[in-house]
Amino acid sequence: MRLIDVQDLKKHYSSGMINKQYTRAVDGVSFFIDKGETLGLVGESGCGKTTVGRLLLRLIEPTSGKIVFDGVDITGLGRKEMRKMRPRMQMIFQDPESSLNPKMRIGESIAEPFRLGLHGRMGKAEIKERVLELVDIVGLNPEHVNRFPYQLSGGQNQRVVLARILAINPEFIVADEPTASLDVSVQAQILRLIMDLKKDFGLTMLFISHDQEVVRHMSDRIAMMDRGKIKRIESAKRA
Amino acid sequence: MLLLDIIHLKTQFPTQDGMVKAVDTVDLQIAEGERIGLIGETGCGKTVLGMSIVRLLQPSTTIEGRILYRGRDILQLDEEEMRRLRGKEISMILQNPTTSLNPVLKIGDQIAEAIQLHQKLGKREAKSKAVEMLESVNIPDAQRRADQYPHELSGGMKERVMIAMGLACDPSFIVADEPTKGLDAKTKMQIVDLLREATAHKSLLIITHDLGVAEAICDRIAVMYAGELLEDASSRLILEEPIHPYMQGFINSLPSKGLMPIPGTSPSLIAPPHGCRFHPRCSRAMKICERRHPEMVEVERGHYVRCLLCA
Repeated sequence: MRLIDVQDLKKHYSSGMINKQYTRAVDGVSFFIDKGETLGLVGESGCGKTTVGRLLLRLIEPTSGKIVFDGVDITGLGRKEMRKMRPRMQMIFQDPESSLNPKMRIGESIAEPFRLGLHGRMGKAEIKERVLELVDIVGLNPEHVNRFPYQLSGGQNQRVVLARILAINPEFIVADEPTASLDVSVQAQILRLIMDLKKDFGLTMLFISHDQEVVRHMSDRIAMMDRGKIKRIESAKRA
Repeated sequence: MLLLDIIHLKTQFPTQDGMVKAVDTVDLQIAEGERIGLIGETGCGKTVLGMSIVRLLQPSTTIEGRILYRGRDILQLDEEEMRRLRGKEISMILQNPTTSLNPVLKIGDQIAEAIQLHQKLGKREAKSKAVEMLESVNIPDAQRRADQYPHELSGGMKERVMIAMGLACDPSFIVADEPTKGLDAKTKMQIVDLLREATAHKSLLIITHDLGVAEAICDRIAVMYAGELLEDASSRLILEEPIHPYMQGFINSLPSKGLMPIPGTSPSLIAPPHGCRFHPRCSRAMKICERRHPEMVEVERGHYVRCLLCA
């Protein structure tokens, strides 16, 4: 079953007024991701891989092409319809510190999806219980709940980001270099955690990284990107 | 010939929560022409160790111990003497070129500044030497690039500028702090090649958490954890036959070596664990590790380890 189907996706940027110059950040890419599958997307910096991730969630608008999510062409959806779609697709960014509100305690950040009523009305006690449950799942301690992002390490903050994503309970996740700012041993911890969560929650994922080894560990299939185009897609299993 | 001899170095700085013992009794010898990698994770004190050598630390920092450069204790030098040494004899390639370069000065002028200061050259001569330096770090079209501002350069280019600046006065000893941080794989390899060639006849301390980078450039690798050195040996031994459980765990956590994480998190440098600093996370910890602080011992020729399993 396909969850994501991308057809001839393009994103061109223009700069200058008289001498207009065009940058083809994404220049016609097509791929699909099955339900429960992880597709790795590798390439050097500037090849357009992050742009593809953002296009998939419609954080930016494509120049042309089609993105079908669970049978619905989301490129044609209006603001309101897209809003309903958003909780089903989420993104993990490279820098956890800038993904979290610095003025919100960790617990408040994780509780936000519940407070917004994403899963129906919930009482304070129920929200607190759910937050503690998620904190435990991502390997943090209850004492972290009352801290601010600056009081935690990069690895711990990335765990907070994961807990908040799980609170939303999405089906599809775009992970854009989620460990690029972390140390090797912390990177291993976070990647293991993402693998476990993916399995336990049956998630589908686009995993973006410039690190071939990391992508190989995380993915079922790997798409190689270069200068806005996907050069080839292959199985991640080593020959 | 010994070029730099670090003896019982202790660097601490005060914070609201207490004294941070960032470097806690480190001994490290660097010979003339030797290139050493200082490996360790964020917050283990490796940058503070580098900064201690060039003495670029906050005034509130206290440094104890000795750092002998060609037999002379640089910790005893006054500011003026240190200024004459810094950049000319010992230079530092700072991390994060984006924040280390002055955003409102042309890069050629920034490199020329150091040259003018140390080599008594005129403005014009210093500028043309700066262009030469840019050429030597393989920046194409150096003449034009010298008149550009940092924001007009890519990350890899900016790192090259930092290296050109560090090499500008032909120092004998260079500290390079995370020179490949934030660069993609291809650019990283180019910077590694450049550093290896540019420092071929110099002494280098390269601070990094990237083992591959250290291996490609260095003869020797020293491993730092919670303010102290845990293992020190030739690059080959550290990579192929690491002895300290921390180093073994570090290598196993690499994506190419199985991605097996070390449990737990790095300890606080304000109140580091008693006994062996790694024991709370160590899979082979014994009862005694909680109490006894291990000393560095030579387990085989040139291979030093701080672990009670080897004592």
